[in-house]
Amino acid sequence: MQAQLTKGNEAIVKAAVLAGCRAYYGYPITPASEIAEAAALYLPQVGGVFLQAESETASINMLYGGAAAGVRCMTASSGPGISLMQEGLSYIAGAELPCVVADIMRGGPGLGNIAPEQSDYNQIVKGGGHGCYHTLVLAPGSAQEMADFTTWAFDLADQYRNPVVVLADGYTGQMMEPVRFADPIAVPPPPEWAVRGTAQTRPNLVTSIFLEPDLLEKHIRKLEAKYHEAERREARAECWRTEDAEIVLVGYGIMGRVLKAVVGLARAQGIKVGLLRPLTLYPFPTAKLRELSRDARAFLVAELSTGQLLDDVRLTLEGRRPIEFFSRVGGNVPSAEEVLAFLVHTFASSLESQEVLVHG
Amino acid sequence: MGSFTVTQERAECFYDCFERKAELQHQTHYCPGCGHGIVHKLLAQAIDELGIQDRTILISPVGCSVFAYYYFDVGNIQSAHGRAPAVATAVKRSRPESIVVSYQGDGDLAAIGTAEIVHAANRGEPITVIFVNNGIYGMTGGQMAPTTPLGKKSTTSPFGRNQWTEGFPVHVCELLNSLEAPVFIERVGLGTNKQIMNAAKVIKRAVENQVHGLGFSFVEVLSPCPTIWKLNPVEAQRFVRDEMAKTFGIANLRDHTKEAAMRPAAVPPPAIEEIPRILGLVNGHAEAPPTGRPDRALNLHIKVAGFGGQGVLLLGEVLAEAGLEAGYEVSWLPSYGPEMRSGTSNCHVRLSSDPIDSPMVSRPNVLLALNEPSLRKFLPAVEAGGIVLYNGEAFPEDCARRDVRGMALPFSHLADGMGESKAGNIIMLGALLEATGLLEEEQVIGALRRLVKSQRWFELDLKALECGREEVRKQPFPMAEDYLWGV
Repeated sequence: MQAQLTKGNEAIVKAAVLAGCRAYYGYPITPASEIAEAAALYLPQVGGVFLQAESETASINMLYGGAAAGVRCMTASSGPGISLMQEGLSYIAGAELPCVVADIMRGGPGLGNIAPEQSDYNQIVKGGGHGCYHTLVLAPGSAQEMADFTTWAFDLADQYRNPVVVLADGYTGQMMEPVRFADPIAVPPPPEWAVRGTAQTRPNLVTSIFLEPDLLEKHIRKLEAKYHEAERREARAECWRTEDAEIVLVGYGIMGRVLKAVVGLARAQGIKVGLLRPLTLYPFPTAKLRELSRDARAFLVAELSTGQLLDDVRLTLEGRRPIEFFSRVGGNVPSAEEVLAFLVHTFASSLESQEVLVHG
Repeated sequence: MGSFTVTQERAECFYDCFERKAELQHQTHYCPGCGHGIVHKLLAQAIDELGIQDRTILISPVGCSVFAYYYFDVGNIQSAHGRAPAVATAVKRSRPESIVVSYQGDGDLAAIGTAEIVHAANRGEPITVIFVNNGIYGMTGGQMAPTTPLGKKSTTSPFGRNQWTEGFPVHVCELLNSLEAPVFIERVGLGTNKQIMNAAKVIKRAVENQVHGLGFSFVEVLSPCPTIWKLNPVEAQRFVRDEMAKTFGIANLRDHTKEAAMRPAAVPPPAIEEIPRILGLVNGHAEAPPTGRPDRALNLHIKVAGFGGQGVLLLGEVLAEAGLEAGYEVSWLPSYGPEMRSGTSNCHVRLSSDPIDSPMVSRPNVLLALNEPSLRKFLPAVEAGGIVLYNGEAFPEDCARRDVRGMALPFSHLADGMGESKAGNIIMLGALLEATGLLEEEQVIGALRRLVKSQRWFELDLKALECGREEVRKQPFPMAEDYLWGV
């Protein structure tokens, strides 16, 4: 299909419909509301369900019901709403139901503001709900990726019987870029385990309760094995001009875009900088990051939080290389020039002397 | 002893053996005298009599009846505490042929799940809700429920429920009866055999309503909990009969089954090939895709800024849309804010021959300032040699730069002259295009046609474009066409 100028949030819904999503349950919140609005417009026209729920708590439980009935379904929200959904996400992961959640992050904590932040990282990537579970987390950085990653999310959700979160920031949701959409697919047949109110599915049971400790342990080990498989197979990252990079920048979403500009500006000054942009946040692109640490002398993590992605980079690199950190929060998104100035300042002495960088 | 006849066989839709239960697979987990056993049986009989075992999906709650799926040989979904009506809603919406029964206790439905039950009822979801009210939290060991009668002691109301501190018991049927949508609301009891016989009929009707495609049906069952009430089963039944029935009242509160409107049938889904058109991905305007790269290299960082209502975002969008048609890489990023009066508005637009790294414009080489505050805010950041269009008679004396190419014109006043003050943004666009040669006329008109939905506004915008061009032709500005290319 021809490229069409599309808002990131709308791209999510169009891609979802094209991928066979036929139910949307959600509650409005800035900066994610265009997702609900587009879903309200399109889903009824394709024989699907759109329902504006009474709360995000209800939305996520409707998703539980829709997924249990074997329908590709999704919801979307932002920080405060995602917090309310954590209960449901835990149940969905526990009951092994596939569904897609888009989180268009805004400023927090509390009511915060509606400008972009990346501070839902911990509650999404680390699992804000109770129990040993993970959501699979994808991190789009363009309107095209909002579409592509939504398609990918539905496939991963079905493959792993697990909730998948498309984790974007307010800017990635609000910006318009050309998007080439995939061709529509037929609604996938409902999975065998679904509860559909038919003779064939009558024996089926969707539940997350395992009263006997041994049975629950067995269930948790099964989930754990599934996550390990995802870690082995699904981690992805974009490496941009890292071949000869001495300093590797790490950032995702809108920061991945800003950092791409920083790479260009820095290289124009003769500083060998590259970018690693995680496309999956869980599973985290551990192998790729470690591979780059063989040649890179230092890393600079830049994110719109006080250091949530930073923790994962530190855990991954295990002290192999010094890691510097650049952060803006509160809805401020830095310009490329601002990050460049930080980079030059931070690495100035070591760049001149060509000495091994010391962790600041 | 004389001979006897069994008149009540085990319901067909109960399992013969409760295999999902780890031990003692021939008895239930309910205490002797518990009302759940009776309610399960009444519901199972209704399912049998209506012949809907295959179609039934039972949503089990959190509480003593969390294990309803041990016993019912139907489709089963176990849900989070209080959320069964939300789960049931989605199941029924996507599987309208199924018979969805939400089975909930009082803590589940009347405390933590209040929002879910009220809104499912208010939407008139065509589901059946069985609400088992025994006035206590049973499974967690006897804490106060929202329906615990006044004066009654529990582990969390050790001095007896007090209206001043714990409030009154919640009358859920009455609460739901204030809503328009529900079709059937009735409270029954298990206090006497006669009450139980009546409960059987009412539960069956509440399920039958769904079979007939009617709306939301709700049955509250006043039910004994001998273990936690610390009464024997006979005393517990008396408590239901005397105390619970007195507190809540046994009655039909609503029966709109005769006059209930039939729900409209679902529209059949379109053919898969139709979906791109429905999504607006085939709009008929842009059938000829841009072929290859545009002739001229370009790397524009455009900032458009002004008051909310001046068409700032649309101006940027037209540039991006027309740029896309011209074959450039484009991006448009609004600095969004709350929907409030007197807000300022700006957007970042990139048009580039090369892939766009950051969509953010921090050092614009084109600034389109629709008001003075925007000029003052963004002018200092403009790249040397950049283009600045300002909506005013002249640049303020204390706000001008010699190293940029500026054009001040009263675009809003020109728009007033056209009879539509809001068209100033497009007049400014016309001036920019005329002064720079950026983009072809048909690309811009194509963009306007796609973005401006009203025919009146589209025609007005065409006039506005021409108006802007005319102004520039009258007094050429120092922006040679060749400036933009290759910046």
